[in-house]
Amino acid sequence: MKDLLYSSILLAMVMATAGCSDTPERSLPILGNREVVNGDTVYPTVQAFSFVDQDSQTVNNASFDGEAYVVDFFFIHCPTICPKVKVQCKRIYDRFLDNPHVLLLSHSIDVRNDTVAALHRYAEKLEIKTAKWHLVTGSEDEIYGMGDDYFSVARKDTTLPGGFDHSGRLILVDKNRHVRSFCDGTDPKEVDRFMDDIDLLLKEQYSPKK
Amino acid sequence: MLKRLLLLLLPLVLLQCDANTYPDGAAAYKAYCAGCHVEGGTGLGTLIPPVAGSDYMAANLKKLPCIIRYGLKDTIVVNGVVYSEEMVGIPQLNDVDITNLLNYIQHEWGAQDHHYTLGDVRQLLSECGE
Ligand code: HEC
Repeated sequence: MKDLLYSSILLAMVMATAGCSDTPERSLPILGNREVVNGDTVYPTVQAFSFVDQDSQTVNNASFDGEAYVVDFFFIHCPTICPKVKVQCKRIYDRFLDNPHVLLLSHSIDVRNDTVAALHRYAEKLEIKTAKWHLVTGSEDEIYGMGDDYFSVARKDTTLPGGFDHSGRLILVDKNRHVRSFCDGTDPKEVDRFMDDIDLLLKEQYSPKK
Repeated sequence: MLKRLLLLLLPLVLLQCDANTYPDGAAAYKAYCAGCHVEGGTGLGTLIPPVAGSDYMAANLKKLPCIIRYGLKDTIVVNGVVYSEEMVGIPQLNDVDITNLLNYIQHEWGAQDHHYTLGDVRQLLSECGE
């Protein structure tokens, strides 16, 4: 009996690892705790939001309607992590520049200093198009409230350089507002993998069904 | 057959890529600088200046050790473009690391391949507040 138990555990492990291996059929999971409601599985979705971007245009869920987008949290006067994450975001921006289904959304967590005008100047320095990459500000509560949905840390911490605690994480959201992948946005190798995940998502959601 | 040949050639190619005069400097660049100044030293937009082919560096050879250790918070012009974000210092790099790093950058991308000795770097560092 014990033997049977062990071998079924072993079998399960083998199957689990097979599922993880990098086969062409690999598919992205939907992240977060799912619930079963009336027999249907319900996945967590990103909540409704409304922010203002570097061109002082409203950015809300509808701005990404039907498209995938990459999320991060940053602030302009961030001495260490943010420039590195921005370098990586710019790689993603360049790689998917001509693909209309991939957009970027960076939330400033320094709502006091990062005004629309400051974000506008920053966007110019990054040399980016607003329609592709929104840098947003908004109410502090609302910005910080997004952190949970995106599995990211974003809060004030005066003991840290720059005065904020944040993870430098990049998050991939699909057209159904489901979180599908994330990575450490300071690590080029992780970001390579993340871009592969974006490709995978594009294939899943936008290539014509055969 | 072709596969075997390729397998034989592979180590050669790898060795070629590794033939760097300043491997320690290259490693330090990758670990401490490339995150911002980018792998090829080109910088990012007008946010982060290039360290490859930078006229600012060529004109400020004596300041470079101090910039690496203590950072830079200034409005500077590099190759005709204005930059004004702050760079924080990288205190993790010791005098030897900085020497290797600078020689790597100079060798790879510098206008005149200026060579620093450990003595130069120590002297220059002592002039900026040690
Ligand atoms: C967190 C981002 C960041 C990191 C990491 C970083 N730098 Fe910088 N660096 C900057 C910024 C921003 C400036 C512009 C500073 C200013 O305008 O005052 C700069 C300026 C410079 C300059 C002078 C301008 C130029 O490019 O000619 C040099 C030289 C330089 N950095 C070298 C390095 C080296 C070497 C390292 C690695 C040890 C490094 N930096 C790490 C962001 C960074």
